Amino acid sequence: MPDLLIELFSEEIPARMQSRAREDLRRLITDGLVEAGLTYRSANALSTPRRLALAVEGLTAQSRPVREERKGPRTDAPAGAIEGFLRSTGLTLEQLERRAEKKGEVFFAVIERPGRGAPEIVAEVLEAAIRDFPWPKSMRWGSGPLRWVRPLHSIIAILSDEAGAQVVPLTVDGITAGDTTRGHRFMAPDAFRVTGFDDYAAKLRRARVMLDPAERDSAIRQEAATRAFARGWEIVADEGLMAELAGLVEWPVPLMGVIEDRFLDLPPEVLQTSMKAHQKFLSARNPRTGRIEGFVTVANIETPDDGATILAGNQRVLAARLSDAAFFWENDLREARSGMETWKKGLEAVTFHAKLGSQADRVERIAALAREIAPAVGADPDQAEQAARVAKLDLRSAMVGEFPELQGTMGRYYAQAAGLPDAVADAARDHYSPLGPSDEVPSAPMSVAVALADKLDTLTGFWAIDEKPTGSKDPFALRRAALGVIRLVLGNKLRLVLNDVFFSSLPANAKSALSVLSADASATREKYASLSKIPAAQLLHNELIAALFEEAEKAEPESKTVLIAAYDPEIVAADLLAFLHDRLKVHLRDQGIRHDVIDAVLAMPGSDDLTLVVNRATALNAMLGTGDGPNLLQGLKRAANILAQAEEKDGVEYSFGADPKFADTDEERALFAALDAAEPKISAAMRAEDFPAAMAAIAALRAPIDAFFEAVQVNTDNQILRRNRLNLLSRIRGAGRLIADFGKIEG
Amino acid sequence: MTSPQTDQGAGIADAGARATPGANGPRCFQDVILRLQSYWAATGCAVLQPYDMEVGAGTFHPATTLRSLGTRPWAAAYVQPSRRPTDGRYGENPNRLQHYYQYQVIIKPSPPDLQDLYLGSLRAIGLDPLIHDVRFVEDDWESPTLGAWGLGWEVWCDGMEVSQFTYFQQVGGHDCRPVSGELTYGLERLAMYVLGVEHVMDMPFNAPDSPIPLTYGDVFRQTEREYSRWNFEVADTDMLLAHFRDAEAECARILQAPAEDSAGRRIPMAHPAYDQAIKASHIFNLLDARGVISVTERQAYIGRVRALAKACADLFVTTEAATGTTPGDVA
Repeated sequence: MPDLLIELFSEEIPARMQSRAREDLRRLITDGLVEAGLTYRSANALSTPRRLALAVEGLTAQSRPVREERKGPRTDAPAGAIEGFLRSTGLTLEQLERRAEKKGEVFFAVIERPGRGAPEIVAEVLEAAIRDFPWPKSMRWGSGPLRWVRPLHSIIAILSDEAGAQVVPLTVDGITAGDTTRGHRFMAPDAFRVTGFDDYAAKLRRARVMLDPAERDSAIRQEAATRAFARGWEIVADEGLMAELAGLVEWPVPLMGVIEDRFLDLPPEVLQTSMKAHQKFLSARNPRTGRIEGFVTVANIETPDDGATILAGNQRVLAARLSDAAFFWENDLREARSGMETWKKGLEAVTFHAKLGSQADRVERIAALAREIAPAVGADPDQAEQAARVAKLDLRSAMVGEFPELQGTMGRYYAQAAGLPDAVADAARDHYSPLGPSDEVPSAPMSVAVALADKLDTLTGFWAIDEKPTGSKDPFALRRAALGVIRLVLGNKLRLVLNDVFFSSLPANAKSALSVLSADASATREKYASLSKIPAAQLLHNELIAALFEEAEKAEPESKTVLIAAYDPEIVAADLLAFLHDRLKVHLRDQGIRHDVIDAVLAMPGSDDLTLVVNRATALNAMLGTGDGPNLLQGLKRAANILAQAEEKDGVEYSFGADPKFADTDEERALFAALDAAEPKISAAMRAEDFPAAMAAIAALRAPIDAFFEAVQVNTDNQILRRNRLNLLSRIRGAGRLIADFGKIEG
Repeated sequence: MTSPQTDQGAGIADAGARATPGANGPRCFQDVILRLQSYWAATGCAVLQPYDMEVGAGTFHPATTLRSLGTRPWAAAYVQPSRRPTDGRYGENPNRLQHYYQYQVIIKPSPPDLQDLYLGSLRAIGLDPLIHDVRFVEDDWESPTLGAWGLGWEVWCDGMEVSQFTYFQQVGGHDCRPVSGELTYGLERLAMYVLGVEHVMDMPFNAPDSPIPLTYGDVFRQTEREYSRWNFEVADTDMLLAHFRDAEAECARILQAPAEDSAGRRIPMAHPAYDQAIKASHIFNLLDARGVISVTERQAYIGRVRALAKACADLFVTTEAATGTTPGDVA
């Protein structure tokens, strides 16, 4: 049972690609080996910036011989058929066997493939893996045709057992596999030979290479934490950066540095971002001051001066970077204190989307929307509008120009510097939230107003120009925006009538789109421009619209959508609401509310009020989970089915006139009484939005309905009784419809 | 062999320490350049002189852009003055200049030991990789203006980017076969680091003990101020727009000229046409600095320059400079 060691030694592999590459190498090789008839006990892939390695243990030395039998044509078959069989098997007529079968004598081909040695198979599989390796980006170098992530220099491929090690015979475009590699680029550059994985790993360690990325990772964590602890600091967690750091070094040497006093007044986010983006430093926080006061850089080398030169150099580079940041910060503060007028003006020059105008246009729309939404979220309309006008100004600041990921964060600092109320400043920071599904949802009214306006404008904007997500394509992150709206509304229990928002926001976006369309010279577009100045209401019945639609459809299909959004927002709004409902189902599924329950609720009026929808669905979901739930559902459905069949057969609708005086049995009378009691309760509870009470009231119908169906035959020969019973069923259906469309619920 | 170590225990507080101490290190800006020149000359590169036109980077020199095309082997090194009008800071920013120098090495096909050759050049200017932390950090290079891209790294020394290291994959829309290896050093930044200077204008240009010692500022402070003003405030944009169109038209006209001259000799004119593409590119940069190019127009302008560069590349690959073999080279 030999062990296999593979090493692909190259120039520096990008850190972000190493983890995938390890997995790909393991998969390609082990799949290939197994497919070729070998088995193995375990396989482990490792990497450093300069090497991908794979250790396969307990590989079989030979693949099993394969014997394959194929039945051919009868021996008296036409010559053509026999020739075809020979071609397909690669045998000659003499090599075929003749066997007597029931229907006569038949040719058989017996193909025997002997077992193959592991070296031959490994060579084949490894060459294929190298040639087809799925790097996200690969390159050529020199004059060769080979592609790899960066130039590939050498290959180790050895099979080793008790008897010794054997190099796998393989040459790929001039690189011949062997048993030698090199250590650390600077500390141990000489080549050395290895006899197997243990020898390889041990010698690499001596040659200052830590092969296992997990070991490098934990070494960095430990050493960084220890060094920070010595100063009473703690390392600011950053998993993304940590993973990258382990992929940038073969021999991690964390060094701790101190940030100069003159930079400590910079916002901590600026320090952290600048150090991370430019220099891949970990930040160290002083828990006593809450400030970031130090950094850890992870060097790749041990030096005679214990890293003093390296640290001094890094410190200098950091000082230059932070001087830039301080320069941006001070300039930005000056602009902020003077009212941010330049930035306001500057937003006109920033395109948001070619069809939706500039960031300044967008701010106008968001401001109007924030004002509109404000009462529903408990914010002051004037302040909400002001907050919306301030929220995007930092996009023009030098700091955000340098570090786009600081948008919002800087907005808050600059709004504070401008002397604006804290709530406005907080809204500038928080209006992008929530971004991810685990992101916190803002709760301050002003932040909620601007955050909602921001996301709703995005949604209505892209819906107005017909740029909706399709399949896996969602370039404008509209699903995320929709989820953001849902979480903002539900998290704050807001009663927001979305259609109202859509009807004002869609035309506003369409107007922006029209003015952009009209900026180009064509005659059609000029017509749009002149038309778009007329208020939408007057245009609805304007004959010109019809002509315009026609022309637009011919000229540019998307202009038609824009026009619909402008003049007939209902169509687009309905589509957008359906999109939000889809996202809502996904969101609620994670909270245990079934999609069919939501569908049953969405069929009710008010489905554009998401909080209402969820309250209804929650109560309904709970009721369906109680003892009465399933039976009640069955009863309601049975009533609806019998009614539907009778209505179809008779061609009439049974909806009115059930009369207790035609009640023939106690069960009928009891059902009349129960409905008389339940209907007003359900209606009142629904009006009061006391959904649990409504559910309790309808659940009280369960027993009378069950008893009714148990004892009474609806379709009796007595037409008067039948009609009365059908009308009674329609009262059951009606009671259900007060709550939801139970027909949509499965089960 | 290691450099003498005089910086023992300098530690954290001594942030301004010279990156590389030692009597053998370079003493001034021109020393760094001269050492690079000697080093690359010794490796066998033809040491060329700067191209005599305004360019944004050393890559624009035809010795790189055009010579990286075709099959003919090539090895050249040169200093290239580079102009980036938008980076002008009136000579006040310690690290930013509208006119600076790049050192450029281009070798085709890229030799297998290019990384080692490069590290040798760092040693030559006093950066010993046994004391410093030299790292190759992923950085893919792309020039939308030249229709070019490649894979490689930025080379970090103690956390500072000191060079760009690229294996060209495509130039002017043509696949590079063979692949050229390109090294670009930002000379001012590199020299400031080696010399331990905080502000570019304070950097000694010639030896500090020369009879007339000159700093970088003595040479360039005034020009930085003058060009910053001209770039940002004065350059005549209407005229520049006209020049852009002229360069574009002339480039096209040169490329459309018949391959044969009046005497019937085949003389395609890839280089004169490429000069016009360079010119258009620089004029675009000037217009950009004047703030007259909107975001949407930007892409269109870059596309126009790229079209010129590609057309020049298309012509160049048909010429002897691309397809021939160097004298003495056993093809």
